[in-house]
Amino acid sequence: MSVLVYTESEQGKLKKVALEATSYANAIAALLNTTVTAITINVGETAELGNYGASKVLQVKNTSLEKFNAKAFADVIKQAAEKESAKVVVLTSSANSKYLAPLLAVNLNASLATNVVSVPESVSPFKVKSTVFTNKAFAVTELHNEIKIIELAKNTYGLKEKQTKITSEDFAPHLEDGDFAIQVQSVDKATDKVTIADAEIVVSAGRGLKGPENWGMIEDLAKVLGAATACSKPVSDMGWRPHGEHVGQTGKPVAANLYIAIGISGAIQHLAGINSSKVKVVINNDPEAPFFKAADYGIVGDAFEIVPKLTEKLKEFKANNA
Amino acid sequence: MKILVCISHVPDTTSKINFTDNNTKFDKNGVQFVINPNDEFGLTRAMWFKEKQGATLHVVNVGGPETEPTLRKALAIGADEAIRVNAAPTDGLFVAKQLAKIMQDGAYDLVIAGRESIDYNGGMVPGMLAALTNANFVNTCIQIDVDGNNVVAVREIDGGKETLKTTLPLVIGGQKGLVEESDLRIPNMRGIMQARQKPLHVVEAVSAANEMQTLSFEKPAPKGAIKMVDAENIDELIRLLHTEAKVI
Ligand SMILES: Cc1cc2nc3c(=O)[nH]c(=O)nc-3n(C[C@H](O)[C@H](O)[C@H](O)COP(=O)(O)OP(=O)(O)OC[C@H]3O[C@@H](n4cnc5c(N)ncnc54)[C@H](O)[C@@H]3O)c2cc1C
Ligand SMILES: Nc1ncnc2c1ncn2[C@@H]1O[C@H](COP(=O)(O)O)[C@@H](O)[C@H]1O
Repeated sequence: MSVLVYTESEQGKLKKVALEATSYANAIAALLNTTVTAITINVGETAELGNYGASKVLQVKNTSLEKFNAKAFADVIKQAAEKESAKVVVLTSSANSKYLAPLLAVNLNASLATNVVSVPESVSPFKVKSTVFTNKAFAVTELHNEIKIIELAKNTYGLKEKQTKITSEDFAPHLEDGDFAIQVQSVDKATDKVTIADAEIVVSAGRGLKGPENWGMIEDLAKVLGAATACSKPVSDMGWRPHGEHVGQTGKPVAANLYIAIGISGAIQHLAGINSSKVKVVINNDPEAPFFKAADYGIVGDAFEIVPKLTEKLKEFKANNA
Repeated sequence: MKILVCISHVPDTTSKINFTDNNTKFDKNGVQFVINPNDEFGLTRAMWFKEKQGATLHVVNVGGPETEPTLRKALAIGADEAIRVNAAPTDGLFVAKQLAKIMQDGAYDLVIAGRESIDYNGGMVPGMLAALTNANFVNTCIQIDVDGNNVVAVREIDGGKETLKTTLPLVIGGQKGLVEESDLRIPNMRGIMQARQKPLHVVEAVSAANEMQTLSFEKPAPKGAIKMVDAENIDELIRLLHTEAKVI
């Protein structure tokens, strides 16, 4: 009855969140006195999972699973959970994991806890803490069913190394036609850009930037930091930036290590989406902007002067610290 | 086509979040309740299907009598009928089981729910509903077109989007993008008058076990004071981010 963790990948490589989820699964396994089994789907190199506490990996290699398909992936994970008699299944909070989690919960007759931020307070009864009210509060929830599925919120647990001897096994799940009732026709994704979901640093700008033509300096700053770019809601509503960049209560959540907000006033709906970022920096020319109350570091001044200077200074800093 | 829009009744986005009864209950005092924003986008898209493709449009909520004004608002926006399943929405699977019964009894072809409710952020009801009814499911849906039994939907993925092809019956978890922000409907006087005459059915819940139970709430620890850095001293900001915050 090991703890099963679904370790996601991108183009055949394990994602960092998958390693975080493995570390987390290992902490639960310790509480339950058991081991961690990881399941991978079309991943090349899996030995790395042994650095984070997995002692076994079930490797699925199947060409029909090359594109993500929630129903089929949920079916595969269900069969793996049954094979391992897993009582706990750990998932990340990526768009794909959030898509398959409720399907898996019904298939396994499991209790599902989403946005979980810490190791269970107790395992008998099984109590977990999650964010609710879009990061404005936490709730402690008791999960009743025999099987529990936990969606770990990003960047809350971190990577914890634990060298473990890992064995690998091929796993060939049984798939049905019904698993493929939804077909992917096309994928439209910039492969050269850091996504908000995966980014450690996010550079975000608001209406203070005046117009879409001024985003060059935001892109430049993001580039030196290896950051993703984001924006406030009005900015995407006006079409200055794509909808996918809108963060906040009605947009994307940002759980980054560093969030830099430029020309954003700090409305409550915006703050709700970025609360779980660790360090927040605000650049705004209005010392009364509400964002200053919610940030760790602030500069009062004109973004058009400060941002290019900051980018130059960071380039120097990076060159000296490389 | 018969469409069911699932409406969750949530605190307005500007609400102060507080708890009572020794931090075990959400404090509704002074809180305005609204249609969950993700559901509002879905409802407006459903109105398009009603007006352009002659779809029948019903809305449903699982909740107590206090949610009826929210359902009336959906009727005022243009839904034909509303259903309230009379039960406290205790957990995601419980709600999904209630909705599954409504979906099957009413033989709906398309169920439009939201990606998540902004109160408990479960993000689970639509997927569970699809799994329980054996319907197809598209989450984080930002575009949907239906032609006969065939559906083309676009879903948001991390860093981009994906176009999917599937068939009815279908459940979607919708969000902003389904319609433009500026196209969201606000009830007008005529709609409000008509809504009073429209049916709002109250049905009893089917029994279902509770899979989970919220024991208590807590608020995040108060933040430390902000450190201000002079606009002329950007090196200091870099130093702080490097040596103090350790994020660069
Ligand atoms: C139901 C609902 C849901 C919402 N959801 C979201 C959400 O998810 N995300 C979101 O972001 N918003 C959301 N909002 C909108 C939110 O209330 C605010 O309107 C929005 O966040 C403001 O965006 P902004 O800060 O870019 O613009 P503004 O409020 O216009 O702020 C611009 C800021 O730029 C500063 N500025 C101007 N010029 C300069 C300069 N040269 N240099 C530096 N700073 C400058 C100004 O001082 C000001 O603080 C929602 C609103 C509602 C009603
Ligand atoms: N009590 C409820 N009644 C009707 N629909 C609901 C209810 N709770 C959730 N939903 C629907 O499911 C979506 C996702 O909710 P959740 O899984 O709670 O985050 C919401 O946007 C609604 O469309």
